[in-house]
Amino acid sequence: MTLVDAERRARVAEGAAKVSPALPAWAVRALSLAGLVAFWWVLAWGKADPMVLPGPQIVLPRLVAEAASGVLWQHLGITLWRVVQAFTLAMSLGLVLGVLMGLMPRLNRWLDPWLVFFLNLPALVVIVLCFLWIGLNEMAAVVAVAINKVPLVTAMMREGARALNGQLSDMAHVFGMSRMARLRHILLPQLAPHLASTARSGLSLIWKIVLVVEFLGRGQGIGFRIHLHFQMFDVTMVMVYALSFIGVMLVIETLILQPIEARARRWRGA
Amino acid sequence: MSLSVAIRAKRFGDALVLRDLVFQVARGEVLAVRGPSGVGKSTLLRIIAGLDAGFDGQVRRQGRLAMVFQEPTLLPWRSARDNLRLTTGVDATQAEAALARVGLSGKGALYPGQLSLGQQRRLSLARAYAARPDILLLDEPFVSLDADLVEDMLALTESVIAEQRPATVFVTHAQAEAERLATRQMVLSPAADETAPVADRGSAHEGSRVGGWAP
Repeated sequence: MTLVDAERRARVAEGAAKVSPALPAWAVRALSLAGLVAFWWVLAWGKADPMVLPGPQIVLPRLVAEAASGVLWQHLGITLWRVVQAFTLAMSLGLVLGVLMGLMPRLNRWLDPWLVFFLNLPALVVIVLCFLWIGLNEMAAVVAVAINKVPLVTAMMREGARALNGQLSDMAHVFGMSRMARLRHILLPQLAPHLASTARSGLSLIWKIVLVVEFLGRGQGIGFRIHLHFQMFDVTMVMVYALSFIGVMLVIETLILQPIEARARRWRGA
Repeated sequence: MSLSVAIRAKRFGDALVLRDLVFQVARGEVLAVRGPSGVGKSTLLRIIAGLDAGFDGQVRRQGRLAMVFQEPTLLPWRSARDNLRLTTGVDATQAEAALARVGLSGKGALYPGQLSLGQQRRLSLARAYAARPDILLLDEPFVSLDADLVEDMLALTESVIAEQRPATVFVTHAQAEAERLATRQMVLSPAADETAPVADRGSAHEGSRVGGWAP
């Protein structure tokens, strides 16, 4: 590293130190989202055609009206319930499969080609096949979403299991820790960061696939509503439903996932 | 006899690593195992600890086992106190006593990452102490420490062994450490004849003090 480099780095570090304590994280987040709304408003103002791109001043009142009528909440609840079911199913299956494959190289050699196959199977194909084979019902919807997500969870948890610390396992074995104690205090804390990032990426992927499933073959839910308003070329209502669900996901991310992740990483900062 | 070892052969693939090792260690005895790097000292200890079952022979252990590793090998996500509690099953009071025994009083709530390297080593020793072992295995526990710290840890380990009197197997490459702690020594030597790697690998020479091994 040259002297100039060192100086520049020092200055950058100084700058970062000056900026970061001035604004708390939540304020940056709020300002950043406000910026996004402003960007949207400018685009809508430039286009000047609410049929194509309605601005926030048009979408927000419709959002409030839809919420007040109760219709929004009904479909939001149904979609959220599908997300929860598919998420739970995909995470549990992927966790078990991924850890087994990460810990057992022989099993991994046999299952890895399957994993590559399912990782590259298009979501749309899985959805269509599930509807065809299982029927246009709730189970097909949840299974289709879960099948789309399981390979990704498996791949990520396999990486987590491969990174497990062998010395700690040896230590636990020598000191005669019980199977449950090893699971709770050795295995899970090491997998927790992988679980957290898998959960975050998983959730965002799953709700998008749930919407596609609802778009294609369900009579209720956000995806169904978007389909309905799409057929009527009602861009405003499409945006109302998309925004409302993004809002729900932001809330889940902030109130549930981030605190869990922070707790799992608490010892690192200590 | 707390620990009884009879290894006919241990191979990694075609390579014979240990051969014809027979010895016992009684409570209160400290057997130092010395030898150059790669001669199979750590492999021997892993076999004794039950971490490697792929060998020809038999190891009999009686009672509780504890081990101090080359690295502290702590749970970084649990406090010092919980490291003792969760690993050895002692209660909080006993954990506190074990911490005090190695000079870590009042550090129970800290995470391992908040302790200095020397303190982490002490915690690792405290864990073995808290387990009240009948058999204590030490795998080069002082390697990569600076001289002052080695002296501290040696003195502490010596007093802990004197207090609990477990059957101890102490793997080290430092003769001075071995002479300080051991009641008996065993030296592993590699094969003399390179063309016949199966010849003498892992045979034991009589120790400098008592020499209790039997071929």
